[in-house]
Amino acid sequence: MNNREESLIPKLGVITDVRIDTPDIKTFRVVTPDGKKVFEHRPGQCAMLSIPGVGEAMFSITSSPTNTEYMEFSIKKCGCVTEWLHQAEVGQQITIRGPYGKPFPVDDAFAGQNLLFIAGGVGLAPLRSVINYCRDNRDKYGEIDIVYGSRSKDDLLDYQEIINEWSTDSGVRVHLTIDNPQEGWDGHVGFVPNYVKELGFDTNKTAVLCGPPIMIKFTLEGLCSLGFEKTQIYTTLELKMKCGVGKCGRCNVGSKYVCKDGPVFRFDELDELPDEY
Amino acid sequence: MRKCSLNKMDAVFAEIAKAGDLYLPACGHDGKAVYTKWQEGVCWSDAVNTVRSPKDFFFPQMENLVEFKTAGKNIDIIDIRDEKADFVVFGVRPCDVKSFEVLDRVFLQEPVDSYYASRREHGTVVSVACTKPVETCFCTTFGIDAAGACGDVTVWKTETEVFWQANTEKGETLLAKLEALTEACDESAVEDQQEKTHAIMNKLPLKDLSTESFGGGKTNEFFNAPEWKELSEACLGCGTCTFVCPTCQCYDIKDFNTGNGVVRFRCWDSCMYSDFTKMAHGNPRLTQLERFRQRFMHKLVYYPENNDGLFSCVGCGRCLAKCPISMNIVKVMKKIGGKENE
Amino acid sequence: MQKISREQLIDKAVSLLSNNTVEAVLGWKKGEFDYDVTPALFTSADKLAAEFVWDDFCGANFSKYLVKHTKKAEGKILVFLKPCDTYSFNQLLTEHRFDRDKVYAVGIPCDGMVDIDKIKTLCGEGIVAVDCTGDTLRVNTLYDDEKAINKEDVLAERCLHCKSKKHVAYDELLGEDGEVLASNRFDEIEKLEAMTPDERFAFWQNELSRCIRCNACRDVCPACTCEKCVFANPDSGVENKAAANSFEEKMFHIIRAFHVAGRCTDCGECSRVCPQNIPLHLLNRKFIKDINTFYGEYQAGAEVGSRAPLVDYTTEDVEPGEVFDRGDQDA
Repeated sequence: MNNREESLIPKLGVITDVRIDTPDIKTFRVVTPDGKKVFEHRPGQCAMLSIPGVGEAMFSITSSPTNTEYMEFSIKKCGCVTEWLHQAEVGQQITIRGPYGKPFPVDDAFAGQNLLFIAGGVGLAPLRSVINYCRDNRDKYGEIDIVYGSRSKDDLLDYQEIINEWSTDSGVRVHLTIDNPQEGWDGHVGFVPNYVKELGFDTNKTAVLCGPPIMIKFTLEGLCSLGFEKTQIYTTLELKMKCGVGKCGRCNVGSKYVCKDGPVFRFDELDELPDEY
Repeated sequence: MRKCSLNKMDAVFAEIAKAGDLYLPACGHDGKAVYTKWQEGVCWSDAVNTVRSPKDFFFPQMENLVEFKTAGKNIDIIDIRDEKADFVVFGVRPCDVKSFEVLDRVFLQEPVDSYYASRREHGTVVSVACTKPVETCFCTTFGIDAAGACGDVTVWKTETEVFWQANTEKGETLLAKLEALTEACDESAVEDQQEKTHAIMNKLPLKDLSTESFGGGKTNEFFNAPEWKELSEACLGCGTCTFVCPTCQCYDIKDFNTGNGVVRFRCWDSCMYSDFTKMAHGNPRLTQLERFRQRFMHKLVYYPENNDGLFSCVGCGRCLAKCPISMNIVKVMKKIGGKENE
Repeated sequence: MQKISREQLIDKAVSLLSNNTVEAVLGWKKGEFDYDVTPALFTSADKLAAEFVWDDFCGANFSKYLVKHTKKAEGKILVFLKPCDTYSFNQLLTEHRFDRDKVYAVGIPCDGMVDIDKIKTLCGEGIVAVDCTGDTLRVNTLYDDEKAINKEDVLAERCLHCKSKKHVAYDELLGEDGEVLASNRFDEIEKLEAMTPDERFAFWQNELSRCIRCNACRDVCPACTCEKCVFANPDSGVENKAAANSFEEKMFHIIRAFHVAGRCTDCGECSRVCPQNIPLHLLNRKFIKDINTFYGEYQAGAEVGSRAPLVDYTTEDVEPGEVFDRGDQDA
């Protein structure tokens, strides 16, 4: 028997709750078979979930580390592993390994800062962890603005939590938008990048972006036109991963491995990297 | 330093094999040298190198990682790792010995890959100094001395004798077992031979190939070079270069349903393959140009950037000999590296 | 046979480039040594003069490259085709794999290509120069004086069994055309057929166990032009990057041989590129021989548009039972 630690051998997890968030996103609650947290993580880190025989895939941990009971993963249906997970019921065991990656710098660069979170679609999933972490450590951060948009009201992830918890926090402002007008929606209509420009934020903030590449591109341009420096803006990347520990060789952008050196990057760091993500 | 007569090597191999498996390059079915498990009758090949590199000993093309049994909603995770037995790899050329250092920096970096680490700990590497380098050799480009000492033990072979030197504790242990079969000697014969080998190294056609233009921090200089298009134009997208390469270590992890459970295994993968980076929603390396560029940027820029300037090429020349379209790292370095290499 | 010189090919290419008949030339580019030529696209006379080669190492069959290059090209591509390459060319046209109007094919005679491994065996390792301009090859190595060797002694395996010196497709022919040869290419198959099933199994086991699944045979094969190979498709369920066992080792090659049966022109590129020297062409050639036996002589690529026996039903077709029984006899 080889008794060394081995990151490629997963731990066992159980799905204890499945929440239908949107037509194609479900949020899964995962604990160990004896009901504990599988492991501790930092905001922005990821984990490899798998169903033996189906495959393994990397997902961001959506719950905040301040949640001491369980981890959550918001997963959009778009491949074999995710399709399988979407059929899974409460009580289903899965395998899990991690945590992987460099977290958001919540204790250093973010500390004491006003924060602006901007997300599109399922891009809210990786940000939920850091948003809730900051809400739970409210005194360590300044004002928090959250701009979140999706195709329609039904496609807004964590809608109940946003309405019932985030929007009611003091010092937290939530700005929701959907792509097209919809019955029963009296909020803002329009794409996220335009909405950000309309809202016209002060540059005394640290911004965090996550969403589809096209949204990132235009939102970044928008923020820069508002006077933000790239050193003030963070994002989190997603590339194909197999090992999660910087060895299997496929998730690199230039010399950086997204699984190990990322997924969190500051835009001035990304500027140093080749355009291959 | 110790020596023995060349015709005593069978006895030496028999002695080494007593303690565990011994592998050495021997002539295969197709007339090419291949690492073979030693037994009576297996002869040590003189070939400058094997087609397949010795990376298999530590990073095999396919290995099982973990097994699962599933029943209903339940999963049983079965750790199938066993402690490896001691083994000896004999006759490794200095370029290939250097490749282990390149692999070590990937697999032994935290978190340590226990499969690799276990093999590495149990393996003793006996290098053999080169005497007849060939035209495709360019190890000197990467600072490797083809006649120098490396590995746990180094062997120098002359027409009639074999000289032995231990370089590590593991090497000392191995040589101690051979005490009765070898005798103490001075280094003059080895020094003579080294001088001869160095003289040939100085005549090799690729002796002036330089790494000067390459290394960490050169990403922006080379990434958008227009030359990639022409260099990658004829690339078939096969995995020959990556699979014969002693330093290529990319892998895939896959599940295999045995009908009686699931085996999760890993196998060599190639950045030259179209699905290497393909995700459900896109692929950052859409054409062969990007895949081809990745392989060489990794060896010449990204890897050195992450590993104190060490290049992930050792100049063994396998890709030069085996690429179906004869495109290789030497041609890339000369084309991309500019004036220094022309 | 009158050899066509490198200069003649360059002249032809330059004239077709300069009168705008073609926009690029698919040719062989000189390598680091005398033997490691690379397929390349040339677009200027200067490049051709500096880097174009035509010698006994120009074995690469360009037909498959036309699939890729004609898609990108606006005008025509000039391609030089040796007699055996023209069969692949026709077969690809039969399968509608490239636009014939975008190609200007120049047939060039070939008296066989040489195998660098055979030269190394004869002359020793460390080849620094091979001069094949004369009737004999002159070879220089790091360790020996110049050696003169006969080309016949180092001919590539596939050229020893050349099936045809005749071009079956071209827009223009340089030099004289040859004839379809009475080839001895099935001799090796007969040797395999003479083995007992156990011996034959052992033979293939032995050969295929060396396979490293690099896919070079597939990727170079002019009959393998699927947009997405089943073995490269993670969703296929049979994608196997490394053979997990000896069954998978054989499966890839046998499935591939079945898939190209009736379409394989026997160009021999698979065996040429195999880094492990597996005689893969023998699998395909066995199919060719069987097709000839059961359905009458058929050469894939001999003409464009021909219906291969395996995809063409006729009332004279052999009864499946007869084929089956023959399998039984073999066993």
